[in-house]
Amino acid sequence: MLIMSFNVQRIRKDFPILDREVRPGVKVVYLDSTATSQKPESVIEAMNAFYRRSNANIHRGVHTLAEEATAMYEQARVKIAKFINAPSAHQIIYTRNTTESINLVAYTWARANLKSSDLIILTEMEHHSNLVPWQMLAAERGVRLEFIPVTDDGLLDLDVYRSLLSQNPKLVSFAHMSNVLGTINPAAEMIRLAHEAGALTILDAAQSVPHLKVDVQKLDVDFMAFSAHKMCGPTGIGALYGKTALLEAMPPFLGGGDMIKEVKLRSFRPTTIPSKFEAGTPAIAESVGFGAAVDYLSSIGMEEISAHEHEMIEYALERLEEIPGLKIFGPTADKKGGVASFTFDGIHPHDVAQILDRDGIAVRAGHHCAQPLHEKLGIPATTRASFYLYSTKEEVNALVNGIYKVKRVFG
Amino acid sequence: MDDLYREVIIEHYKNPSYRGHLDPHDISFADNNPLCGDHIQIDLRVDKDGKVTEARFDGHGCAISQASADLLLESIIGKSLDEVKALNKQHILDLLGIDLGPVRLKCALLSLKVLKAGVYGLGEASDQLVE
Repeated sequence: MLIMSFNVQRIRKDFPILDREVRPGVKVVYLDSTATSQKPESVIEAMNAFYRRSNANIHRGVHTLAEEATAMYEQARVKIAKFINAPSAHQIIYTRNTTESINLVAYTWARANLKSSDLIILTEMEHHSNLVPWQMLAAERGVRLEFIPVTDDGLLDLDVYRSLLSQNPKLVSFAHMSNVLGTINPAAEMIRLAHEAGALTILDAAQSVPHLKVDVQKLDVDFMAFSAHKMCGPTGIGALYGKTALLEAMPPFLGGGDMIKEVKLRSFRPTTIPSKFEAGTPAIAESVGFGAAVDYLSSIGMEEISAHEHEMIEYALERLEEIPGLKIFGPTADKKGGVASFTFDGIHPHDVAQILDRDGIAVRAGHHCAQPLHEKLGIPATTRASFYLYSTKEEVNALVNGIYKVKRVFG
Repeated sequence: MDDLYREVIIEHYKNPSYRGHLDPHDISFADNNPLCGDHIQIDLRVDKDGKVTEARFDGHGCAISQASADLLLESIIGKSLDEVKALNKQHILDLLGIDLGPVRLKCALLSLKVLKAGVYGLGEASDQLVE
């Protein structure tokens, strides 16, 4: 097989937006891929072609367009299943995003199986999407929430995890990769320990599936949630992976069209997975885009993408650490993905981000939907630069120069 | 120099005249901008005619939110509470002398929301207060 060497300049040509000038003469330097990734031409075109050629509602229609649209919707599911090495495509449930995937499990499996004082283990580094659904369940059902602490070097305290596991938890739900610290958690080990303790597991893979080779069978994870828009795909669609027996035993989520086998005036029977969880007309064009995104990432190679991002974060940390007054949060480069969150000289992250924007540099400022983690770190907000397959060292240099400009404004 | 970081804003951010607390006070209220974690507390003293005699703010946030708090308090000394209730978004934009996009506007308006929620005696500072 011919292995094409990773060429970031060639990759950049696939992303039309990277040519954009945010104002005359100022090209965008996009360092906000952790919030959402940019989209390659092939994804934009796949969705465009769907609307121009094949648009119809899926299922039940027997006309050509409906057949075509249904086939495309299901083909994308097969691609996504292969991408994460799911045993079968019916284990991929389309959702709106990672948040909805986690909520789906919280509203169906958890409400059918958990009762008052049952223990759910989460971590202190969770995104609000893996906190609030469980807080809502706790308020409603009285389930107990415990949290694996984050250590000073930005890792999970696995000793505390082991002791929490001795309290007979029913569920362990955690981020594969932190969207603030970039920490890549030892998911396989944590899942194995959870299973030994008799708990099920949910992996919030919003930040890992776009950047790492993730194999649900190797991980042996019970549920996994991720979003298309963070992996070169469109917004409005995500996926929940689940083990077949679990998905089949779960009650349905939303009720409506497509999720039924039979409907009477006063009753219904739900259909089989995955349709059981996909009520109503879904995001069809987006599913086609999701499939195209997976094709695109596969054509580059996830190992190659990870290696490039690793090079980027190593270089970024090295350059950022030279800046007096700049403090980076999270572990060393070997334990994290392409995310650098930092504070700078007491200057508010909004001000940092605003001044960087003058040079077209797009970073995120705030608590990044991880307010409890920021509280733990003792800071209200951070500035976050994040990298993807199209990021370059020149962009890191632009960021560093921009931070020195911030210093001059606030001097 | 960037419009957003006009000298007046940097000056009020770095050397605010109205930063602090008032104890005792007649009105005190605090709230956050949930998007960025900015926090502002405002204390007021009001005379028997219902006019603001003293005002202080404390909190943390970006230059825009902190400078607009300082400018806002400066602008209400001597005003009646009814006049304060009538202040809106435009007042803050006039004080700052800049145009703001929807995200930064929230930073700029936080102090006015907190002020008006306090003056009205509300439990929460809502966006409706400043529109």
